[in-house]
Amino acid sequence: MADHLSPLAWLLALAQTALFVAIAPLFASWVKRVKSRLQNRCPPPLLQPYRDLRRLFAKEVLLAETASPVFRVAPYVVCGTAVLAASVIPLVLVAIPMAAMADVIVLVGLFALGRFFLALAALDVGTPFGGMGASREMTVAALAEPAMLMVVFTLAMVASSTNLSTIILHTLQQPLALRPSLLLALLALLLIGIAETGRIPVDNPATHLELTMIHEALILEFSGRHLALMELAAQVKLTIYAVLVANLFAPWGIAAQPGAGALLFAAAALAAKLALFGALLAGAETAVAKMRLFRVATFLAVAFTLALIGMLSFVILEAPA
Amino acid sequence: MSGYLQLPLLEQAILTLAALVLVSSFALLAQSRVVATIHVFAWQGVLLALTTALVASDSGLYHLYLSAALTLVLKALFIPWLLVRQARRLGILRDFDAVLRPGVTLLAAGAVVIFCYAVAQPVERFSRTLTHDAIALSLAVVMLGMLMLVTRRKAITQVVGFMALENGLFFAAVTATHGMPMVVELGIAFDVLVAAIIFGIFFFHIRDSIDTLDVDQLNRLSESDR
Amino acid sequence: MNDAVSTTLVALALLATFGSAAAALPADRYPRLLGGLAFPLLGVAGAASLAVALWLLLGPGAGFTVQLPLGLPWLHWRLRLDPLAGFFLGIIGIVVVAVSLYGPGYVRGYRHGPYSLALLGLATGLFVAGMQLVVLADDAFSFMIAWELMSVASYLLVAYEHQESANRRAAFLYLLMAQAGALLILLGFGVLAGFAGEFTFAAMRTTTLPPVWASLAFALALLGFGMKAGLVPLHAWLPEAHPVAPSHVSALMSGVMLKVAVYGFVRFVFDLLGELRWEWGVVLLLAGSISALYGVLYALVQHDLKRLLAYHSVENIGIIFIGLGLAAIFFGNGLPALGVLGLVAALYHTLNHALFKSLLFLGAGALIQRGHERDLEQMGGLIRRMPWTALFFLVGCISISALPPFNGFVSEWLTFQAALQAPALDSGVLRMVIPATAAMLALTGALAAACFVKVYGTAFLGQARSRHMRRARETSRGLLAAQGLLAALCLLFGVLPTTTVAALGRVTASLTGHAVAAATRQGWLWLTPVSPAAASYSAPLVLLGVAIALGVWGAVWLGLRSRRKRRPVPRTLAWECGFGAIGPRMQYTATAFAMPIRQIFRPVWRLHEEPVREMDPRLPTRPLQLGYRLHAEDLFWNLLYRPIERLLHGAARRVGQIQTGHLRHYLAYSFLTLVVLLWLIT
Repeated sequence: MADHLSPLAWLLALAQTALFVAIAPLFASWVKRVKSRLQNRCPPPLLQPYRDLRRLFAKEVLLAETASPVFRVAPYVVCGTAVLAASVIPLVLVAIPMAAMADVIVLVGLFALGRFFLALAALDVGTPFGGMGASREMTVAALAEPAMLMVVFTLAMVASSTNLSTIILHTLQQPLALRPSLLLALLALLLIGIAETGRIPVDNPATHLELTMIHEALILEFSGRHLALMELAAQVKLTIYAVLVANLFAPWGIAAQPGAGALLFAAAALAAKLALFGALLAGAETAVAKMRLFRVATFLAVAFTLALIGMLSFVILEAPA
Repeated sequence: MSGYLQLPLLEQAILTLAALVLVSSFALLAQSRVVATIHVFAWQGVLLALTTALVASDSGLYHLYLSAALTLVLKALFIPWLLVRQARRLGILRDFDAVLRPGVTLLAAGAVVIFCYAVAQPVERFSRTLTHDAIALSLAVVMLGMLMLVTRRKAITQVVGFMALENGLFFAAVTATHGMPMVVELGIAFDVLVAAIIFGIFFFHIRDSIDTLDVDQLNRLSESDR
Repeated sequence: MNDAVSTTLVALALLATFGSAAAALPADRYPRLLGGLAFPLLGVAGAASLAVALWLLLGPGAGFTVQLPLGLPWLHWRLRLDPLAGFFLGIIGIVVVAVSLYGPGYVRGYRHGPYSLALLGLATGLFVAGMQLVVLADDAFSFMIAWELMSVASYLLVAYEHQESANRRAAFLYLLMAQAGALLILLGFGVLAGFAGEFTFAAMRTTTLPPVWASLAFALALLGFGMKAGLVPLHAWLPEAHPVAPSHVSALMSGVMLKVAVYGFVRFVFDLLGELRWEWGVVLLLAGSISALYGVLYALVQHDLKRLLAYHSVENIGIIFIGLGLAAIFFGNGLPALGVLGLVAALYHTLNHALFKSLLFLGAGALIQRGHERDLEQMGGLIRRMPWTALFFLVGCISISALPPFNGFVSEWLTFQAALQAPALDSGVLRMVIPATAAMLALTGALAAACFVKVYGTAFLGQARSRHMRRARETSRGLLAAQGLLAALCLLFGVLPTTTVAALGRVTASLTGHAVAAATRQGWLWLTPVSPAAASYSAPLVLLGVAIALGVWGAVWLGLRSRRKRRPVPRTLAWECGFGAIGPRMQYTATAFAMPIRQIFRPVWRLHEEPVREMDPRLPTRPLQLGYRLHAEDLFWNLLYRPIERLLHGAARRVGQIQTGHLRHYLAYSFLTLVVLLWLIT
């Protein structure tokens, strides 16, 4: 434990977190670009989200009359927990001290904390849209939790640990194997990620109709720098799920030791994986239509079933003794 | 657990396909559209054929290739085509057969899998095949087919459930003893084919008698006074 | 080897509690005595109990055993203080201190009412005394006497506002179930005493029972203590009794009395019964999971604030029993190091629940006192009227939703880590069932978070939905101090988990002989239940991360303060699609918030929906009154309680047929009895 707690390790970890936050808008923009191309539209420029964030930070904040301190604190809590969650995940370097600080279950807890304040801020304004968004968001999150935990359990049983660095190291050190448990856990994590980040078919991130919104309804009242923080938090969350899928299930290329060459190679590998994943996500979003809210329960039940069968096949097929 | 990693890639693929067959069984339980049910059943047939072919190439028992081909032609192509044709003639192809209480069904299915694992453990210890771990899964596929028979209302989805049950039996034969004697296999395959055809004929008769294919309404055929 | 310090402190605690009860007797004539003497004495008792716990678990203290000359001549009372008792005394102490700060301001509302203040003070004192004696008891006799004292005193408190018939009904149900539970516990002790030969715990500890009798004793203990703790399906009294009692008593009942029931169960099964069987663990695991899910689903459809909190108590007791079940499974399979982890998780959650549930009940009491309203649908916007209460209540909500960095998260994390050790077991079935129940626990936690977003959002945020709420004032300092203390402790136990786990290690070491060395090996900063590579959680560092993030923004905020003073943040109307200003009735109600979950989990409740639709008789399309009321009836009323009631009534009716009213029949009974007696003599 003491070996990767040196000041250098902390500095590298902080740099990694900064990189994570910096590429989050880029990833979201890439997904939008591929989606636009697939829908035969002209895409916005790749760096547009950065311009949007800069513009929003410069704008003034407008508060509703009924907004209380909870509303004003919420963007900072939401963005803070998202960034903290991002710091826990190994991006280009496997052994980071934050992974010892918080494991996968804490990661899920941090997301839950952000969501709690997001829902409270929506209820704070006293509009029916906020109430609707909060109610739907908490329902979807509640149904996604058991599936997420089942995926965590499967991963933890395979790697005998919930520490993200340990899980990734375990996969790196094993020979290449086709495991039904990890395959099903991957499928389940993809479905859960779509539900938690509010992509089609669960929620349309580009909708303007209030009655169809889940995530958008929660941030309807924010403006100026508050809105910038909320947007950034959503982009970071999307990138977190993409990086989780890429690094937990296909971690080859990640740097096990902090060397300049290894880190550069890891960055290139990660960029390729994220580009591929973003393109697949955009393709899936274009191919499927948004479901109504009560079908989302079935969607998440499918995710839970896949994760459950993954866990069962681990015990039945992979470790029967 | 390191034992699994020691297996060659082919055997790992076989076990992965076995898990996917179980997933298709769960998917059959959860589908509420008749068309989708038949399609999932066809995919289950494809997965089974693939598993059998891989087991054949790994264990060197070439008669299993014939079994795989038979499964593919019969269960993945012919019987689904037959069912779709009958359903289209009856006008029920686009129907819904709502799953009663999907949450309870899902929990029951999970409990069934755990139960089958507990039951199959002594059998697994005696079997020497490379797929002996999957015996529990095959038993679960049989039980889930029966569960589908219990939880469905329309006759056509019950027929699919019966076919899925037979799929499970075939899967159990492949995993436990690497296939049955060819005569037995051909006999069972033709029995299933005949059953599918006879079911199709019966659908028309049932519908003529009671104007619906909802099996819960079959109690109208009883002779006693109510 | 009796420790003088702990003996003195315990004696002080007991004397102060009885003193508080006695001091409240003249309170009808001198109401100031209640707030001026009785509650402070109770506070002294609480502080002494807490001091004992700290002395025993963190300091060099050892326990004591003492035999008091009370009770029957051949069966004197024995009191014993060991780390488990000390831990629960500490829990009692913390909550009692908070209640003693809260009480004086709260009971002022009863001063001009029709109910007796003396009874309130007396019963509260006796209630606390009963709980302390239960925890200290070292033989079955004194345990049962203290248990009954606790039950009867709490019945008097539940029935305090007895002029309403609903309250009387709830109190009667409570008393009935308390007596039934006490009978079952007595039978359980009877089984143990039968094999041990005497009633002292020391004798029971050393006897081994045959397996069938051990399982019977376990079943009796589970039913008896489970009824008091509120395990489904024996929980029916909880949602009726807790809302009806005065709020500080609700906090004591939900925060402490349920924990004393858990103490009783842990003492009986883990200490006195000796060898644990893993089958018992499976029963506990299933009972706990069902209770947890049932409790939270029922809480989601309540709109009476205190009833909702009572159902959440059912949920949290379920979580504690999940931890106990995991512990029993691991102990039964010969893995004591992992079993201790489950036990630590359960005990930690016991402490956490006592803290945040008391905090929430005290906060609810403050809201009800100021707003005169128990219904969530009438509240709203209270964060502006009662800012401090809102802050402390928010801490309570975050803690109970198991969110980092507060204490609820730590105990859930430990429970998950204990469940994750399932692959160490041999049985494949257990290795599959345990993760499935852990997934149910995750669902419970997420639904609890949804429920508390609903509660906080409806009660404190938005706009006020009724006149009283619009004019509510902040509560007095005493009530705020009590809530602030509990909120600070919630944060403290969230950021110092390693120290707490070390203290709990002493408890488990005295109970089972195994401690939690691995968990605390890396120092106070890291909590590593199994090994550092497997899982670790550093709560202080997470808090530091959150604090740094908030601190950076705080610095920016302070820096821009001068600029903001010149130009404050402009306020405007919220977005309402251009229809004009939004009134309070246009907000989401609590019932509306839970609607998607209600649709998805529909079979779990028996819902009675009452739509109110009154149209103008002169113009049929103009509504005079439109409303909607939802009431959820407990599923087990019809499944379990009404059949039992019918059975009892049927049996009573049949026995009642003996009383025919004819003189000849009574003479015949005497004649028959005489014949039977004569025959027996020969």
